[in-house]
Amino acid sequence: MYTIKSYVFPESLEEADELLHRDCRNNAVLGGCCWLKLGRRRIRWAIDLTRLGLDQIEVKDGFLELGACITLRQLETHPAVTARFDGLLGESVSHIVGVPFRNCATVGGSVFSRFGFSDLTCALLALDASVVLYRGGEVPLAEFMASPIAFDDILLKVRIKDDGRRAAYQSVRRSATDFPTLAVAVSCLDGRWKVSVGARPGRAVQAEEAARCLNDGRGPEAAGVAAGAELTFGTDLRAGADYRKKLAAVLVRRAAQTCIERENKG
Amino acid sequence: MKVKITVNGMLYNKHIPNDMMLLEFLRKYGYVSVKRGCDTSNCGLCTVWVEGKPVLSCSYPAARADGKNVTTLEGVKDEAASFGRYMTAQGVEQCGYCSPGFIMAALAMRRELTNPTEEEVAHYLAGNLCRCSGYAGQTRALRAWLHDKPWEKEGQV
Repeated sequence: MYTIKSYVFPESLEEADELLHRDCRNNAVLGGCCWLKLGRRRIRWAIDLTRLGLDQIEVKDGFLELGACITLRQLETHPAVTARFDGLLGESVSHIVGVPFRNCATVGGSVFSRFGFSDLTCALLALDASVVLYRGGEVPLAEFMASPIAFDDILLKVRIKDDGRRAAYQSVRRSATDFPTLAVAVSCLDGRWKVSVGARPGRAVQAEEAARCLNDGRGPEAAGVAAGAELTFGTDLRAGADYRKKLAAVLVRRAAQTCIERENKG
Repeated sequence: MKVKITVNGMLYNKHIPNDMMLLEFLRKYGYVSVKRGCDTSNCGLCTVWVEGKPVLSCSYPAARADGKNVTTLEGVKDEAASFGRYMTAQGVEQCGYCSPGFIMAALAMRRELTNPTEEEVAHYLAGNLCRCSGYAGQTRALRAWLHDKPWEKEGQV
């Protein structure tokens, strides 16, 4: 059971930041609110950013910029997103619950919360994205994902270099709209690879040894084995750690193969 | 807090609890087609439209709907009834509890997708769960409805 004492639409980011810092422990910036009811937070000031123009998808200065209030459905349908990175971002979110859910859930809510089950953070990691925070400035997503959640900053946008890299996504689910049992994203630019694995069930991380395998030309099979060996996996109600480890090897191999095929097709 | 929410064209200027969800607001003011299902953002039963887009009203803060247009099944009842006839013809309904959310999602899909394939239809409606049926009846009804395009003859948007 959650409660909200005051609900506010700040008129500026300065106001949102000031409100948040009145009491970071008890005030909260709202995202898509899809999981809000499952928590037990007693929120003093709920800060709603939806009127601050953070719902923009922009391509500027060689970057694709996704505002924090962009919905997952927009990632799936906006031409500026679907036309880039082989549609990786849209594909990664397209199995999350259903369209009404994805019209609520936001990029900011998904990324800031660093959910282990998040398909989106896994895809963004493979694209070497960064996040822009109100106080903290621009931070590489990999660094942000590894840091503990601090409720004292506001995520403004996600930035991805618009470098035309090829990409592919793989996930396994027990049923069509369930959380992923494991998720893998892979990208390649000029022979340099990025591999990320999510829903381990911990937070998504980059598989650097797997990427090295691909960089060195040892092939998708070796990259898959490396990803299974280098990362830690856990057990939850969806799968055991050993199963996830084997799954990682298969999904990394498949994603890398898909990426290579796309590269060869041009 | 005070909100102004337009539901099916009718403006509600009301004081609401700050933690009220749109589902509770709508049911409080008589829009009982909006059903509470899982209440955990999973089943799609509570689907309504906000500014024409389907959302889960169980997880959409009523405060966030301030100044917006909300549409429930009552607001599209003629089109819903038309689609409902296709559902009846295919024996879709058993308990019928999921139907309002399912219909709202189907009508939104019809507006959003042009000539969707069966795969696109299944993908769009994947978030609307039915515990009674195996979705075969719904699929048949949707196929017939999309083929006949009754909204064109009935002059609906």
